[in-house]
Amino acid sequence: MSTPYYVSPEQIRQDKEDFVRRGIAQAKEVVVLEYKDGLLMVAENPRKTTFKISEIYDRIAFAAAGRIAEYEILRTVGIREAEIKGFRYYREDVTAKWLTNLYSQHMGAVAQAWDAKPLEIELLVCELGVEDAPDNSTLQNNRIYHIAFDGIYSEEEKYAVIGGRATAITEILQQHYTDNLELSAALKLVTDTFRTVEADAEDDYEITPQTVEVACLEQTIERRKFRRLSTQEVTTLLA
Amino acid sequence: MLDLSDYGTSDFFQILKRRHPELLTTLNSSDVVPNPQVPESSFRPYEGTTVLAVVYDAGVVIAGDRQATEGYQVGERRIQKVYPVDRHSAIAVAGAAGPCIEMAKLFQVEVEFYEKTEGVNLSLEGQANFLSHLVRANLGLAMQGLIVLPLFAGYDVKRQRGRIFKYDAIGGRYEEGDYYAIGSGGKDARATIKKRYTPEINRQDALEIVVEALWDAADEDIATGGPDLIRNIFPILYTLTEDGVTEVPEATVEALYREFIAQL
Repeated sequence: MSTPYYVSPEQIRQDKEDFVRRGIAQAKEVVVLEYKDGLLMVAENPRKTTFKISEIYDRIAFAAAGRIAEYEILRTVGIREAEIKGFRYYREDVTAKWLTNLYSQHMGAVAQAWDAKPLEIELLVCELGVEDAPDNSTLQNNRIYHIAFDGIYSEEEKYAVIGGRATAITEILQQHYTDNLELSAALKLVTDTFRTVEADAEDDYEITPQTVEVACLEQTIERRKFRRLSTQEVTTLLA
Repeated sequence: MLDLSDYGTSDFFQILKRRHPELLTTLNSSDVVPNPQVPESSFRPYEGTTVLAVVYDAGVVIAGDRQATEGYQVGERRIQKVYPVDRHSAIAVAGAAGPCIEMAKLFQVEVEFYEKTEGVNLSLEGQANFLSHLVRANLGLAMQGLIVLPLFAGYDVKRQRGRIFKYDAIGGRYEEGDYYAIGSGGKDARATIKKRYTPEINRQDALEIVVEALWDAADEDIATGGPDLIRNIFPILYTLTEDGVTEVPEATVEALYREFIAQL
């Protein structure tokens, strides 16, 4: 029997990270940002039934970049776990923080397993704040959690970006983002940002109402706050 | 790691049965006690009574009274028997109150779970068929006297009309074209609707018929609650149309009753 080569834990981690980074570098971006009435989510996605942005629960949405087969499972399992928790206790007890932990543990475990390939995905879990919560509580704040492939997550403020060119997009948003944007202004900011980044790309991806996927978590809607915007609505907002 | 084994299942009821049977205390046929030894007098669950639905030109009205009884006593004066399900449908329940509310809640979650995981709405027909399974799952308790009978109504967006489905205790599903009423005062309510109903009535006529039918049910049946003008308790009415599920405001229901009483 031959003795296996020794590989240091640092090397194993580095290899996995490089592997995922190469995968994610190809992934189209998703942006989430706070606007006047809630959270707006926009992705570069020309397809009409395979989504990068989805509804999880009453106030919680999910956005993913990377391999669709890998994040679709996490999306449906997230809905399942959220519905079970809400059924057992109460709908208000289902939170983005709890769901983020669930995803984080799973993604971390997969990334560390010696016989499994790390998931080539990045996730955003977003939650709309409770408008009529007491002033001294933090429940009014919107929440944005960014989960990396290895389960390490961070809480972001105002906006967050996942996908290959996340850093470039974040830099542009840092310069141009302002609080309390109207829905149309927020959408324009994101599409303009996408356009700027695409201008530098080798093969040009044209940003039109047909090639972006747009959804929002909106305070003005009853109970289920998630709303997908139709191409027609996006056209009107961008006009 | 998360258990990914039931990925692809859009049936929340199945998932609960397999993973969390403890959450399905009543809707789980394995709980059937073969020979219940409970003396009849000592065990009186709350019972909900009259619910009904009436089709009109733009959709369907679904409604229920507010009383739950405990034997010959009033158990609860403000119980809710009608629950919205998705954007175009609602369920009303009659029978043992506990299992009734559980069935309505589970059914609502089931339909929403399907919609979110599949990304499309479950058809009205699909919803009606699924409800059969839930009623059948309650068969064990039904045999012991804890019957749950739903009345299901919705606006069928494909066929562009209101539809009503009734069920028997073992899950048989039957569609009613114009109207139906179930529960202890159901027969009295149906008698009133039968006299007043004509096809293609408008919303206002439908609301008036519903109000009168619930009045007659409360008048003839001791278990059905009428409008309570002292405590301000009125039946709950929902309209289901192409635009969605809308609750008829309490003030409107009160006005309908005051007008009706003035004509008596």
